[in-house]
Amino acid sequence: MSVYVNKDTKVIVQGITGGTARFHTKQMLEYGTKIVGGVTPKKGGTEVEGVPVFNTVKEAVDKTGATASVIYVPAPFAADAILEAVDAELDLAICITEHIPVMDMVKVKRYMEGKKTRLVGPNCPGVITPDECKIGIMPGYIHKKGHIGVVSRSGTLTYEAVHQLSEAGYGQTTAVGIGGDPVNGTDFIDVLSAFNEDPETEAVIMIGEIGGTAEEEAAEWVKANMKKPVVGFIGGATAPPGKRMGHAGAIISGGKGTADEKIRVMNECGIKVAETPAVMGETMISVLKENNLDVKCKTH
Amino acid sequence: MNIHEYQGKEILRKYGVNVPNGHVAYTVDEAVEAAKKLSTDVTVVKAQIHAGGRGKAGGVKVAKNLEEVRTYAGEILGKTLVTHQTGPEGKEVKRLLIEEGCDIKKEYYVGLVLDRATSRVVMMASEEGGTEIEEVAAETPEKIFKEVIDPVVGLSGYQARRLAFNINIPDELLNKAVKFMTGLYNAFVEKDCSIAEINPLVTTGDGEVLALDAKLNFDDNALFRQKDVVEFRDLAEEDEKEIEASKYDLSYVALDGNIGCMVNGAGLAMSTMDIIKHSGGEPANFLDVGGGATAEKVTEAFKIILSDPNVKGIFVNIFGGIMKCDVIAEGVVEATKQVGLEMPLVVRLEGTNVDLGKNILNESGLNITSADSMADGAEKIVSMVK
Repeated sequence: MSVYVNKDTKVIVQGITGGTARFHTKQMLEYGTKIVGGVTPKKGGTEVEGVPVFNTVKEAVDKTGATASVIYVPAPFAADAILEAVDAELDLAICITEHIPVMDMVKVKRYMEGKKTRLVGPNCPGVITPDECKIGIMPGYIHKKGHIGVVSRSGTLTYEAVHQLSEAGYGQTTAVGIGGDPVNGTDFIDVLSAFNEDPETEAVIMIGEIGGTAEEEAAEWVKANMKKPVVGFIGGATAPPGKRMGHAGAIISGGKGTADEKIRVMNECGIKVAETPAVMGETMISVLKENNLDVKCKTH
Repeated sequence: MNIHEYQGKEILRKYGVNVPNGHVAYTVDEAVEAAKKLSTDVTVVKAQIHAGGRGKAGGVKVAKNLEEVRTYAGEILGKTLVTHQTGPEGKEVKRLLIEEGCDIKKEYYVGLVLDRATSRVVMMASEEGGTEIEEVAAETPEKIFKEVIDPVVGLSGYQARRLAFNINIPDELLNKAVKFMTGLYNAFVEKDCSIAEINPLVTTGDGEVLALDAKLNFDDNALFRQKDVVEFRDLAEEDEKEIEASKYDLSYVALDGNIGCMVNGAGLAMSTMDIIKHSGGEPANFLDVGGGATAEKVTEAFKIILSDPNVKGIFVNIFGGIMKCDVIAEGVVEATKQVGLEMPLVVRLEGTNVDLGKNILNESGLNITSADSMADGAEKIVSMVK
């Protein structure tokens, strides 16, 4: 088992004819992901990496039976691409694109209320279930199949955590990057609750960063609902207030969103927080041992 | 992106938000000319810098005649204002807003901001105008009223009225207050603001509702469709290295330390700063080269780091995903060819095309210390700059 994606997930690539999308379509195909089609307006009828290209998402879904989409469309047009995926009633739309204007996402989020589609991102690395399905831009080779769920606001920090776990012999069920923007689709609580219900997942690492209060809310949810141990990390402990640290969402403003406050609440809610990004894996392993889960979770 | 108060008021005026008449002045003579044009009994001379707290720092003066305008303009222009938002080095005043004075009856606060919890824009209002809203929020949160705005319908009339009633705007000024708030919301959405703060909004003796101050910040990601806002950019208010970085779509923030950092991904870049500090060093910057960087961009990023005279060593920490390690390696080699490198350089590469990247660095003949992990890299660079 896994969450959101598995070996049977059929995926289309929106914006497939762009350079980044082409490169990652090839990488996803090599990983074994079932990429069944692509969409670029006016490029219908062509092929990319042997994958048929369609003019619209609706057409691509009708012809291929895809249930998921990955979006590499440039920022000015990305909100429209998400809307098109929602309109085509896909189960899952994963938006990799960064720098989408926040007002566009406010409208997208409103439009999605009551709709079927789950949005992951934007500004995220994607979702991967090791050895089954990789949707996004993460380097496939660092992931190993196993029992740890990974959820993160930051792409590269996800890789860091996954790499540390895999090196130590602890594989992952699924790694979900929820993205660094202030308005996004799937949030920590959505993913934590999916991992909570997933029988293969034994423990979860949750990686946050400064800005907003999503980590605090997730921590409270964990305290009230989570049946499995959760380990955390917060990036940006040394970031000065009022400065945006790359991600649109990573800013300490009005005294809110500091790493200290997030770590305090997470600790209070029973989440052990790694002191530095270099010990995310070690911290997880120590918690697995405390819970007698290390033998089960050591997968290779 | 930030703009000056007078520019913010110019935008608001177009949206029907009532603001005092005023003109920008770059010299004392221009200031006096502007005051003559206004020909009001009282004129306000206001320093224009990208920071709040100007009044307390002596950057706002009320002049009763043209001579006083001349005196105050002379005092404030060229002066370095130090406020709680400028940092200890302060900011030099290069522009003034010469504005008509008004008969203030009462000061209020109105602001708009994105509420991350609801993913919607929220309008906040308070009867406690003129003071820092963070202070009001901390001490008397019950005095701040909020309306969450549905993006489909915008700020509804009833919401604006409810705010106006809650903050005790007199009934006879209700319609003017509603018009003000509606205009402010429309400006916020149409101009892709990230913050809009009117502090204070004032009611006047002659029955007006006016924005006495205006702070507008804009979403950098939306500037591609806000050409007129971009024209308001004042480079003199920004850090030179940050300007250079923005030309190449690099995300750079200058800090006070001596270890230059080049990282891909905002989360990893922040954490690299954290781990340098944890290892006993001080980062000189935050730098995210982003996902779609070319070797040329990486070269520019490297040059920007080297242009900081405080930098005594560099730590490149890359975990390639969308970013390829070979591209980073090419950029590093090219940059050192162009500008030379006379300080320690520690490189940690992992992820997409890692072997290609390592080969390029190995074959370059450069004096590079490689690191196996970010902790290893941080420890190495910290010990090398000491």
